[in-house]
Amino acid sequence: MTATAERPAAEVGKDRRRKEDQRLVTGRTRWTDNLTLPGMVHLAMVRSPFAHAKISSIDASAAKSAPNVVGVFTGADFGDELGVCINAWPITPEQVTPNHSPMPADRVAFAGEIVAVVVARTAAEARDAAELVDVEYDELPAALDLKEAANDTVLSHPDSGTNKSALWVFDSGEAGTGGDVEQAITKARADGIVIEREYRQQRLIPAFMEPRSVVVDPTGEQLTMWSATQIPHILRFALAATTGVPESKIRVIAPDVGGGFGGKLQATPEEWIAWAVARRIQKPVKYTETRSESLQSAHHGRDQWQKLTLAATKDGTVTGFKVDLLADLGAYVAIVGGGVPVLGAFMFNAIYKFPSYRFSCQTVLTNKAWTDAYRGAGRPEATYAVERIMDELAAEVGADPLEIREKNWIPHEEFPFTTVAGLTYDSGNYEAATAKAKAMFDYDALRAEQKKRRDAGDPVQLGIGISTFTEMCGLAPSRVLGTLDYGAGGWEHASVRMLATGKVEVVTGTSAHGQGHETAFSQIVADRLGVPFEDVEILHGDTQVSHKGLDTYGSRSLTVGGEALVRAADKVIEKAKPIAAHLLEANVDDVEFSAGTFSVKGTDQGKTIQEIALSTFAAHDYPEGIEPNIDAESTYDPVNFSFPHGTHLCAMEVDTETGQTTMRKYVACDDIGTIINPLIVSGQVHGGLVQGIAQALWEEAVYDDSGTLVSGSFVDYLLPTAADTISFDIDHTTSPSTTNSLGTKGVGEAGTIASTPAVVNAIVDAVRHRGVTDILMPCTPERVWKAINSSGPGGSTEAAAMPHFDTEEPGTSSTEGAGA
Amino acid sequence: MTQISLTVDGTQVTDDVEPRMLLVQYLREKLGKTGTVIGCDTSNCGACTVHLDGRSVKSCNVLAVQADGHEVTTIEGLATDGQLHPVQEAFRECHGLQCGFCTPGMIMQSVDLLNENPHPTEQEVRLGLEGNLCRCTGYHNIVKSVLYAAEHAGQDEKAGAR
Repeated sequence: MTATAERPAAEVGKDRRRKEDQRLVTGRTRWTDNLTLPGMVHLAMVRSPFAHAKISSIDASAAKSAPNVVGVFTGADFGDELGVCINAWPITPEQVTPNHSPMPADRVAFAGEIVAVVVARTAAEARDAAELVDVEYDELPAALDLKEAANDTVLSHPDSGTNKSALWVFDSGEAGTGGDVEQAITKARADGIVIEREYRQQRLIPAFMEPRSVVVDPTGEQLTMWSATQIPHILRFALAATTGVPESKIRVIAPDVGGGFGGKLQATPEEWIAWAVARRIQKPVKYTETRSESLQSAHHGRDQWQKLTLAATKDGTVTGFKVDLLADLGAYVAIVGGGVPVLGAFMFNAIYKFPSYRFSCQTVLTNKAWTDAYRGAGRPEATYAVERIMDELAAEVGADPLEIREKNWIPHEEFPFTTVAGLTYDSGNYEAATAKAKAMFDYDALRAEQKKRRDAGDPVQLGIGISTFTEMCGLAPSRVLGTLDYGAGGWEHASVRMLATGKVEVVTGTSAHGQGHETAFSQIVADRLGVPFEDVEILHGDTQVSHKGLDTYGSRSLTVGGEALVRAADKVIEKAKPIAAHLLEANVDDVEFSAGTFSVKGTDQGKTIQEIALSTFAAHDYPEGIEPNIDAESTYDPVNFSFPHGTHLCAMEVDTETGQTTMRKYVACDDIGTIINPLIVSGQVHGGLVQGIAQALWEEAVYDDSGTLVSGSFVDYLLPTAADTISFDIDHTTSPSTTNSLGTKGVGEAGTIASTPAVVNAIVDAVRHRGVTDILMPCTPERVWKAINSSGPGGSTEAAAMPHFDTEEPGTSSTEGAGA
Repeated sequence: MTQISLTVDGTQVTDDVEPRMLLVQYLREKLGKTGTVIGCDTSNCGACTVHLDGRSVKSCNVLAVQADGHEVTTIEGLATDGQLHPVQEAFRECHGLQCGFCTPGMIMQSVDLLNENPHPTEQEVRLGLEGNLCRCTGYHNIVKSVLYAAEHAGQDEKAGAR
């Protein structure tokens, strides 16, 4: 073999079709619910219909004698054996964290909480028998409305004495990262502009398409759990930590997982109950939730009130930003829990050079489903607040909202830039992304059309919405997480195994559930090792194969996990080099590696990495003093977050006579650094956009006044369909990240983070001349119409969401209700 | 129990089923046709879409006994002789899937849509897929996939034809 072989075309940047797709388009998938094991029995959960109640008694005798029922268990039957659902991020040392039993024996704290589990030979028999479990409840008053709960009028957990869980504060004056925001506000009240707004982040449901499912097999030496989860490694740790089974006896597998969006980043009661039942009866068990159970009891997202005060000079230069959040945790502090709004704390200043900043967040416990990560986790809330209020500032100054942004943003020549929140943005170019987005959008033409329609008094008005977002992703430098009292690190692990036949097995600690890691990671490794893309196999999601990892969330898999891959691959090359030198009878210092081949400088002598792998396997001839092994691993702890940014422009048409809104055009120009696979990136952006747009226009988890989730099915929880959405115009500018070898930034959450304020800004922009400055999300036609025709942001959607429970005419009381 | 006989993906099957058993449960639990999945309880999501005598149905909305004597095609029976169906190929080509959970239903619905209307407009595709939910793709590339399949179908062969 000579060293003159042509370098193969680079894989990175190529729009490779996905390796995953062959099995997914032919139905050859391994979803957890597809698994059937010998002797397997099925679980059905008995759930509380009450938001808050004491469990007076449970009579399971009828259920136990139903056909093919194996057993019925309650919390009392298990006690400590059940373990607990953990909170991994107490945001303050004083945080009030109610004990979270997977199946409480005494008191339920939200409607949908599990009080008993029925085990039967088939799922249908288990469900039938669950209907026969007779539970007596003693109903307690429930804390439901977030603002009321913050006043402690009704206690969600009476023993805690308060609903307030934790107060987390960041002040740039105290931290030394900026000035005193109160001074800035006082000064602006005297001779500048002060804008005060209160925005609502409605409660959302992640609504992944695959319902959660768990199988536990207690046979064999290791206990094995298959789960539709984003976090097999974290689950393994948490099972060991809370149920007393040694970590070395636990294997957790996330097989094909059908979406997560943060919703499967949880240690769930259902997993813990399945674990306990399997251990108790020593038979494999399976539990798969119904969609209604999923919407009712899998964690929800967002649910905040945001009080904002922006101080600026008369020309629109921002001098300070103060943020007071009230965040609804639901009934328990979930695994990330209060950490979700805190992740937003560093992002309210966004792309801007605000000189002073203060953030406070009060987390509050209520008797509703628990909340936790949902795509973007903290950053969509921050981006929404700042991008909405920058539009308000522009309106106040009388300037174009893009000009106001430019006046305040960080110019590209100032990178790296340390922000008022204390983060160092490594790279970015807001001017370039904005210029490109404006050109794609034909911004000036649409502004001209808007003016024309306004002047003509057109009943259908045009609005243009802007979102110049950035976000922090790639969770996360472990030391930073340590200073925030997060319960784990943020590193990622990878190993590269060179097989004798020249194939390459790559093990990653990330755990994909739709992201396309098998394809993108193969591209990275193929380039690095100079091997064919087809010869790389990515293994993940099984703790016995991938023994070490911190899984997939927070747009971390590429920026953190990808860097671990690169480093492991580089170590393979370093380990192979002395073996290659030995076989080539050359000095190690004279051996170079390029495009898959080790060659001797100045000669045509060479050996491919596959040849080295084979000769290492045979091990007949290798240097003294080293192992016959070129496999390598790496644990990479990131040095910084990654900061993707972009400019999103949205045109909405608003029928002022009906409140109907129609999206006409959406342009996204994102800077996500180096792109590994543009096809996969486009999918991430499109999907992210629609989730963010859906928050602006359609989705809301709605509870009635007794704490029942009335949007508890896909009939009532409005996911958009193909008919509701449009095709998007997306493109990119590229400022490579300087903190990882490939120059990548995260992309998984960017679309969701950016799009919500772009849409709402567009709607408000369309009707601002009618005196509208805010419309509550989701911006239903009813709310838009009301905002135009009365003062206020449009009122509650509760009654509109529950007509089948309303004895009066549907929708008649929808201006009333909590939260409006 | 009621005895039913039907053809599933070209194979004749006979079973005793409970009258209440849904077609999707029959496919998954009795036949191991786990390519067809269940995404909701209210027939909103369309993940379980299969063909009954060549037309798309949500198999959570059909009782197994109603399929007695009929022909069912699932996602597992769509490819022939190891060759992907043009719509399967189009979804792969246009990145019309991410997690892939909605994909079996989405493809089966798309095939039916193209059988009905071999040259749809974008809006016709969007309306034709209204009964199938996807949470990953934002539909952009799904719509593109269906239009691609229509465009690349042979001149006298409909993209939807098996």
